[in-house]
Amino acid sequence: MVRWKRVLSKVYLALIFLFLYLPILMLIVLSFNNSRSRVTWGGFTLNWYVRLFSDSRILDALRTTLALGIGSAAIATLIGTLGAMGIQAMKRRNYQIVMAVTNIPVLNADIVTGIAMMLWFVRFMPLGFSSVLIGHVTFSIPYVILSVMPKLRQLNLSIYEAARDLGANGVYAFGKIILPQIWTGILSGFFMALTMSMDDFVITYFTKGAGVNTLSTMIYGEIRKGIKPEMYALSTLIFAVVLIILLCTNFLSGRGKEAAEKKQPAD
Amino acid sequence: MEEHILELNRISKSFDGKMIIKDLNLKIEKNEFITLLGPSGCGKSTTLRIIGGFEKPDTGTVLFHGKDITGLAPDKRNINTVFQKYSLFPHMNVEENIAFGLKLKKKSKAYIQDKIRYALKLVNLEGFEKRETTSLSGGQQQRIAIARAIVNEPDLLLLDEPLGALDLKLRKDMQRELINIKKEVGITFIYVTHDQEEALTMSDKIVVMNKGIIQQMGTSKSIYDEPQNAFVADFIGESNIVDGVMLEDRVVSISGVKVECVDEGFGTDEPVDVVIRPEDLEIREAGKGYFDGTVISVLFQGAYYEIKIRVADTDWISQSVTAPRAGETVGLYVLPDNIQIMHKPRSEDAEVVRE
Repeated sequence: MVRWKRVLSKVYLALIFLFLYLPILMLIVLSFNNSRSRVTWGGFTLNWYVRLFSDSRILDALRTTLALGIGSAAIATLIGTLGAMGIQAMKRRNYQIVMAVTNIPVLNADIVTGIAMMLWFVRFMPLGFSSVLIGHVTFSIPYVILSVMPKLRQLNLSIYEAARDLGANGVYAFGKIILPQIWTGILSGFFMALTMSMDDFVITYFTKGAGVNTLSTMIYGEIRKGIKPEMYALSTLIFAVVLIILLCTNFLSGRGKEAAEKKQPAD
Repeated sequence: MEEHILELNRISKSFDGKMIIKDLNLKIEKNEFITLLGPSGCGKSTTLRIIGGFEKPDTGTVLFHGKDITGLAPDKRNINTVFQKYSLFPHMNVEENIAFGLKLKKKSKAYIQDKIRYALKLVNLEGFEKRETTSLSGGQQQRIAIARAIVNEPDLLLLDEPLGALDLKLRKDMQRELINIKKEVGITFIYVTHDQEEALTMSDKIVVMNKGIIQQMGTSKSIYDEPQNAFVADFIGESNIVDGVMLEDRVVSISGVKVECVDEGFGTDEPVDVVIRPEDLEIREAGKGYFDGTVISVLFQGAYYEIKIRVADTDWISQSVTAPRAGETVGLYVLPDNIQIMHKPRSEDAEVVRE
């Protein structure tokens, strides 16, 4: 019985590697392959990466992606953090309603969100960078709220009152006492929003209009014309960056948890 | 005439339509140790939060040194609070916690260092400067919270059930320490607790509250010995509260027996509540007291026995160092001085005091 369990868990692990990580690994290998073929190894090269960075369209798309990612993540973090504090202060019933509503964009199919936003935006503004930005801010906010909220719930709000009591005004007490307790949550919310934005294809595709391209929409456009090895290199880079951000986020929330455990009185 | 440091005038406060404090008036004298005592939900903590500036009363004013501070923010009042949940800043060490208020007041480094050392000595935690607050026990954390408040030299120190989270032994030690700290720093203390024993031990003056109304105010002794209504009698220590009829001055009828007492001015044949403390109810041989009753139960309580005796349809509690056997018939006697007579509550408003 126990042996069966062990075998099954090995099989499960193997399947995950086979279908999830192996393709990515293949992609990474191919990005260093000195051959256009997808089946033969022609030696190691960084050629595709060099070409990638000499292609002005790709660099444009990269700049757009980064501007969009950082900009939308920053705005979403600000709104989401304030929102989380507001929601936290709500009464139980309203709290539950708003948290349920917050989860809708996370669970909703991207294509529905994307088309809905497109239809809405074309009424008010030309589709372009700003419409994509608004779109990204919108779908990122819930992720920020969901990562800040647990920090706020752990918080003993009377420390804010204690700071006021000792002579701090509201702003000072927030910056000096509350912020240090929740900043890991805020930062991991920011990174989450950044990943979501860089990752997104569907919503960007519908709200971007002509002329604006992020890496994901550009790759999509390129692949329709035929797969070029530069795209392997580009995909590898995106994967690496997202992986690093994810590791950072995990590290941050891990640290937050340790701090919270330490916070329990020692007696 | 002594100076009033704080005056609450006709304070009312409700949350979500529920009245928490009703038309409360309270004057606090300088250098007093005053305790607000009552069951949870009686409005004592809300009263403290109004004094601290964390809640605004719906109506009424708060005067501090004669000046109206009703709408003033907490950081603008020379009042400090020791919170129930310690509320130390978890990302700062002991020293930084204590220095927080002083740094805001732009005190010099040397002054702050001096104050920290003095305060830690006061709370018996010398040498704890660099310790992380998260590594301290509950009792130690509460001492740091007290030190953090006291270094600011407030005119008024508010303590919101500061010992509530500590175990019994530690609580007793801290009670003694708090009294010493109070003597040493000479600050007016307003203390909130639901623990009547704690209140009796520590306070110069006790304010007994229930349902947002002050039931009685006075020294520990006067509140214990002369409760003004059934609520106070019941809440402060244990009491036998039984129905009686005041036949004439100094004679009350309990369970149909004429009993001598010292109360006057209740009129004749007036129904009253009679309060007798368990330790004042003497157990004698059958026939040698006012009434005879059957011992129902005897519980050993450490320093004394708690004995339940049934007389006709009334159960009495007595405390005694010697114990009769259960089922035995005994006599009950009480000295006239130890009987407290109270009016029966008449109006609905008076009814709330009965719980």
